[in-house]
Amino acid sequence: MKKLLIPLVILGVLIFILGSWYVNTNNTLVDMKGQATKQWANVESSYQRRSDLIGNLVKTVQGAADFERGTLKDVIEARSKATSTTVDINNLTPEKLAAFQQAQTGLSSALSRLLVTVERYPDLKANQNFLELQSQLEGTENRINVERNRFNDLAGEYNIKIEKIPTNIIANIAGFDAMALFSSNAGAENAPDVNFDFE
Amino acid sequence: MQYQKDRPLLTSLKEGKTRITYPTKEGSMKYTLLVVFAFLISNLGWGQFTIPEIPKEQTSVYDYIDLLSASQKTTLEQKLLRYADSTSTQIVIAIISSTKGEDINYLGAKWGQKWGIGQADEDNGILILLAKDDRKIAISTGYGVEEYLTDLMSKRIIESIIIPEFKSGNYYQGLQKGSEAVFQVLTGQFKEDRDFNRDAVGFERFLPFIIFLVIWIILASRKRRGGGKNNRGGRGKSGMDIWDMIILSNMGRGGYGGRSSGGGFGSGGFGGGFGGGGFGGGGASGGW
Repeated sequence: MKKLLIPLVILGVLIFILGSWYVNTNNTLVDMKGQATKQWANVESSYQRRSDLIGNLVKTVQGAADFERGTLKDVIEARSKATSTTVDINNLTPEKLAAFQQAQTGLSSALSRLLVTVERYPDLKANQNFLELQSQLEGTENRINVERNRFNDLAGEYNIKIEKIPTNIIANIAGFDAMALFSSNAGAENAPDVNFDFE
Repeated sequence: MQYQKDRPLLTSLKEGKTRITYPTKEGSMKYTLLVVFAFLISNLGWGQFTIPEIPKEQTSVYDYIDLLSASQKTTLEQKLLRYADSTSTQIVIAIISSTKGEDINYLGAKWGQKWGIGQADEDNGILILLAKDDRKIAISTGYGVEEYLTDLMSKRIIESIIIPEFKSGNYYQGLQKGSEAVFQVLTGQFKEDRDFNRDAVGFERFLPFIIFLVIWIILASRKRRGGGKNNRGGRGKSGMDIWDMIILSNMGRGGYGGRSSGGGFGSGGFGGGFGGGGFGGGGASGGW
C-alpha cells in the first residue's frame, strides 16, 4: 500500500503541474486572441467611418453641378462592394482577408481618382463642406492605418505564440489557429496616397 | 580619446603625403572600429524614426532640437502643465528635426500611444508633433478628444493659426497660439458652425473626489469620537486616519495621485505622469 502511495503522489503532482500549465497557456492564448479580435473591431469601425463619410462626400460633389458622373459612379460602386465584403473574425482565413482588403483598396483608389478630378473644380475645392470632408477623410485614412497596424501587431504576436514550442502543443489540442494579417496592398509602393495638401 | 589616437593618421593625410602607411596590428584594429562605427552611423540615418522611450520626467514640452529658447520652453511647459492640472487633459509638444520619411500623422498617433499621453479611462491626450526640417506639424488626438477636437478643427488650427506663424519663422508664437486654440476648442469657446459646447471635463470628474472627501471627514470624525469614548489606543488610531486619507484621496484623484505629496507643479512634470491614454490616429497635419 505504501509503495503505491509515492508514485500516486508524484503522478498527482505531475497532473497538477501539467493541468495548470495547460490552463495557463490556454488562457493566455484566449486573452491574446481576444485582444486581436477586439482590435479587428476597431479596424472595421475605421473602415466603416470612411464608408459613412463617402456618402456625404458624394452628395457634396454631386451638388457641385457639372461633375463627371463616371468617377462618382465608380466611388459609389466601390463603396457598396466594400461594405458588402465582410469578414467573420472567428474564421479569418488569409483568402477572406485578402478579399476584404481588395474591396477596401478598390474603394481607396476610386476615392483618390475622385479627389484628383476634383482638382479641376476650384468652386468645389473652396466649398466649406468639401474641405471639411477632406480633412475628415485624411484623419480616417490615418485611423485605418493605425488600427490595421495595431491589429497586425496583436495578431502577429498571437501567431508567434501559438507556433512556439511548447505552446504549439496546446494550440493544436485546443484548436487555436493562426490569424491572417494585413499585407501591404499590391502596388502600394508606387500608388500615390490620397493627399490633401493643396498648396 | 579616439581623436588623440587617430591624430597621426589625420596629420599625414593633411600633409598630403603619398607614402603608403602599412597599418600595424593596432592600426588595423582602429581602422576596423572606424568602419564599424561609420557603418552604424549610416545605418541610423536610414532607419525609420524611432520614438523615444517614455521619459522618466514626464512633462509637456520635449524639444529635441533646442528650437525654443529656455524661457520660451518653460513658459509653454508651465501653461500646458497648468492646463493638465485643471482639466486632466494632457497636451504634449514634441519637436524633432525630421520624421525620417514616416507620415507625420501616423507617427504622431504611434508616439502618443507609446507614451500613453492622457488619462487611461478618458483617453484625453493630445500630441503636437513638429518636424522642423520636414516643415510639417501634426496634431494627434487621443480617442477621447477626437469628438471635441475633430480632425477638421485640428486642421483648421494648423492651417489658420499655427502655419502663418511658422511661415515667418516664429515657432514659439505658433505653438503658443496653437495650444491656446486647442484650449478654446476643448472648453467649447471656439465659435464654429457646429455644436461644440459640450465640456471635455465637467463637474462629474470631481464628484468622486468630493464624495470620498465627505466620507473621509465622516470617518475621521467618527474615529475621533470613538477614541475619546474608549480612551485607549488613541495613537494607533490616528495612524489609520492617515492610511484612510491616502487611500481615499488616491481613489478620488485617479491620475492625479501623488500630486499632493509632490508639491506644486513648479517642479515640472505632469502629476502622476502620463496616464496611459490611447491614440487611434485622429487629428490632422499640415506643412508650410
